[in-house]
Amino acid sequence: MQKIEEMEIQSSSDVVLVRQAVRQFAIELGFGLVDQTKIVTAASELARNTLDYGGGGTVTLETLQNGGRRGLRLTFEDQGPGIPDIELALKDGFTSGGGLGMGLGGAKRLANEFEIESVVGEGTRIIIVRWK
Amino acid sequence: MERIPILQMGEFLLVTIQVDMHDRLAMTLQDDLTNRISQTSANGVLIDISALDIVDSFIGRILGNIAKISQVMDAETVVVGMQPAVAITLVELGMSLTGIRTALNVEKGMALLQATVGSSANAQFTATEWDLEDDAED
Repeated sequence: MQKIEEMEIQSSSDVVLVRQAVRQFAIELGFGLVDQTKIVTAASELARNTLDYGGGGTVTLETLQNGGRRGLRLTFEDQGPGIPDIELALKDGFTSGGGLGMGLGGAKRLANEFEIESVVGEGTRIIIVRWK
Repeated sequence: MERIPILQMGEFLLVTIQVDMHDRLAMTLQDDLTNRISQTSANGVLIDISALDIVDSFIGRILGNIAKISQVMDAETVVVGMQPAVAITLVELGMSLTGIRTALNVEKGMALLQATVGSSANAQFTATEWDLEDDAED
């Protein structure tokens, strides 16, 4: 049965709660420890981006079933300023916020599927999927 | 205010991170450690992260900052106890923690600190204490 949960990301404590909820979903899906760690770390990076660059937003956690495969989809959405140059934002080392610039590119590497849509002035939506 | 405790052991400071840190807590730890190094003239810092389930780019950056700041203040930092799944994920994330000295566990980290900076009676005493609990893997 599909499980869906939407969470607010408005503070750095919410980022911790998102990590814990993603961990719980991954455990319920039977992910191994390394897969759990990868999806939780990716979620932490993206939740922080949503907070720091998007001015806060939401994440939706969804379990997926595709034939015999089970997976976890995370959708991060904000109504922030948007990303003018997505290619550039995905590059390692690129940062507009004083970080290391590992967040977006790193999260992409830790997921099996990665989609990003962003409109300047309207917001950003990032979807990642990790299959078991 | 929530804080990570910093213990003093001879000329070393010992930090065991046992909670899922939010970003502000990690920054508070960085500031607290800097102040404690200055107050105690510690010449070594050991950070045990064996209870951390993830190290993302932010926590990695804070660990790197602590290592750099302590170096400027004449103290060595060693990070110990990283879980294997965390190490695998960190490398894939693109962070290699360059410039941070690491050891597999607290015993080995203490030995590394002592070999690097420790020579006083306090440090010798600490070494004896840890040897008593030494595991059989060596």
